[in-house]
Amino acid sequence: MNMTLAPEHVAFREEVREFLAAMPPGLAKKARDAYYFDADETMEWHRLLYEKGWIAPNWPEEHGGTGWDVTRRFTFAEELARANTPELSPFGLIMVGPLLIEFGTDEQKKRFLPKILSGEDIWCQGYSEPNAGSDLAALQLRADKDGDDYLLNGQKTWTTNAQYANWIFVLARTSTEGRKQEGISFLLADLLNTDGIEVKPFLTTGGTMAFSETWFKDARVPQANRVGPENGGWTMAKALLGHERTAIGGISESFGWLLHVKRIAAKTPVGKGNLLDDAVFRARIAEVEMRLRAVTMAQNRTLADAQLGRAPGPESSILKLVGTETYQEITELAMDAMGHDAIGWKDAPAEVLPAHEKWIAARFNYLRACTIYGGSNEIQRNVIAKHILGLPS
Amino acid sequence: MNFDLSEEQQMVVDTVAKWVEVQSPVKRFRKLREADQGWEPDIWRAMGEYGWLGVCYPEERGGFGGNFVDAALILEQLGRGLVPEPFIPSVALAGGLLERLGTGEQHERFLTPMLDGMTSLALAYAERQSRYQLNDCLTTAHPKGGDYMLVGEKTWVLNGHAADQIVVVARTGGDQLDENGLSLFIVDADTPNLRRVEAKGMDGQTTALLRFEGVEVPRERLLGELDAALPDLEWAIDRGAAAACAEGQGCVQELFDRTVSYLKTRKQFDVPIGRFQALQHRAADMFTETELCRSTALLAAIQVDSDDIETRKAEVSAAKLQLTRGGWYVQENAIQLFGGIAITDEQDEGLFFKRLRVLQGLFGDADHHIARFQQLERFDAPIRSEV
Repeated sequence: MNMTLAPEHVAFREEVREFLAAMPPGLAKKARDAYYFDADETMEWHRLLYEKGWIAPNWPEEHGGTGWDVTRRFTFAEELARANTPELSPFGLIMVGPLLIEFGTDEQKKRFLPKILSGEDIWCQGYSEPNAGSDLAALQLRADKDGDDYLLNGQKTWTTNAQYANWIFVLARTSTEGRKQEGISFLLADLLNTDGIEVKPFLTTGGTMAFSETWFKDARVPQANRVGPENGGWTMAKALLGHERTAIGGISESFGWLLHVKRIAAKTPVGKGNLLDDAVFRARIAEVEMRLRAVTMAQNRTLADAQLGRAPGPESSILKLVGTETYQEITELAMDAMGHDAIGWKDAPAEVLPAHEKWIAARFNYLRACTIYGGSNEIQRNVIAKHILGLPS
Repeated sequence: MNFDLSEEQQMVVDTVAKWVEVQSPVKRFRKLREADQGWEPDIWRAMGEYGWLGVCYPEERGGFGGNFVDAALILEQLGRGLVPEPFIPSVALAGGLLERLGTGEQHERFLTPMLDGMTSLALAYAERQSRYQLNDCLTTAHPKGGDYMLVGEKTWVLNGHAADQIVVVARTGGDQLDENGLSLFIVDADTPNLRRVEAKGMDGQTTALLRFEGVEVPRERLLGELDAALPDLEWAIDRGAAAACAEGQGCVQELFDRTVSYLKTRKQFDVPIGRFQALQHRAADMFTETELCRSTALLAAIQVDSDDIETRKAEVSAAKLQLTRGGWYVQENAIQLFGGIAITDEQDEGLFFKRLRVLQGLFGDADHHIARFQQLERFDAPIRSEV
């Protein structure tokens, strides 16, 4: 049991800090002030990390990962959170990439992995449907065999950032026989070069087009783009959820937000001082910060296990649950810190709503989603109750 | 970074767990809570022989050269059986101060015998008015012919009723709230003019109110530097808090495990009550809090002896908050899910509930640790310098 940083790790941390200090001025300014990155800025950051060779700390080295030990990975994540760098899209790097590494054919690996790393391909996830939310296995998007292809018909929804993506991984129904979980296949579709796929982004309460409806009408997908066996997609879906669960708790992002809460408080005048001097508000920040430390330690234990090649232990299942709840609590604190400014919306003129507060209300609203997506927190509780505690169903 | 137990650590955990199961199940504690002393010297000596008391002390003092994590692992297992022997006051509190500040002679006379289980110790620091402020001290030690005379009162001294020696915090300079002017003294329990008033705690363990009515203490019983005890006292109380989190983790885990197995066996409406989603979700949240207690208790044990004082305070406070809030969630829902049966004295769950509540109030409650955390320099110094 050991927490001390060895000299090589201290040196590594310095290397990361130097890299971050050299962030292009445009990004650096946004990280400090605006606290929101659009798709172009996020991709700019993606490419910088890719050129540095640091784009995929969670991948094996042979496929382009960094080959870092777990301490380097913690350190890297921590420093990125501290610097409030853009949050990279997880769909390629965290989800479909590792899935392909585990289950893909050599051909699929060769074709897709390098472009996930470089950012040439941007992926999105076609899981949920209007009538298959928490009950995901009820999905109805049909994939019927037609020669060497499948013909896809139906609709996906909640497709995050589909309008920026050129590839989508979908769960589709290839059989209606047996249990509903047994007739699902995992397919990869080219969004831009396939006739019959239509992406319709819609506005969220967070003021951005974060999600889309994705429609399929006789969209032709080669069978070679199936990952795993036909009707074996549910296994793929579950494996992918395992990768997802450790990543979508928003734990690193929460650290960035917490700093931002303090920043807002320090810039918010109260009497002759500022809100960061206020004992009650400080206590509220302190309590949630201490909670976040607890969650981080649980995450570190999970990552340390993963590094040793073990399946995530029971503590991993709590990360999504308690991570997102803490994340939301911090966004609520940020709103509280703004006082009257919390009335404001991102379109307000800068002389009314200062730059560092511009995106808070929007993100606060958008992040109501984090306890819903990736398996709602109620589903997470079901998973814990049934699969970890063995409670009867 | 590695959170795995070493082979030796795993062996100690297994041994202690087995010992608790066979030698010290909760029914032993049930008997002892009626007895005056509340714990058994024979068992204490055995714990010394097994090396558990010396596990985190250097070999040259008669210990086993491990660290605080080793002690915490033992405490967690002891917590699962509500073992009442005075591990926290002797090993975590007074023993730590003796080891850190003692002279060679003090080590030999007072520390080594405790590590062998031949004696037990206590730390007397809290006073009626002090709450959790360690600098708040009215007990005085006046010079008297080169020696000292102690006058004052210490409340709720853990093992104060049975300890052979008591390390006492007394004021040798300054006023009630001054940070300087505190000193530590090693006082024999049978010194004249020291009155001990035994008081049972809610948890069935025994404590004492100590009255120093002109207790003469020879100069060689001064522990550490005169007037400069506060930083070391803060460290010792942090060890107490980390120890409380470790023992508390054992209680939380035990309550959680018992609740889950009850949910699987208790039937109402013709089905095991664990089939009801309302209760399943409660159990899932209890699981989450139990795991967070485990994570934070471990981190506190790793960092409590760190030279980086801010890190020590941050992790100990975070752990104590988690035990107090998250642990509470587990204990209140354990009682709720067991239903009426759990508020009968016959049922063990209530004993764990009470022990946890006592541990939660020791060494700083939630409010105290929240307040302390936001006073750390790292809490806002970086932001202030940036803004």
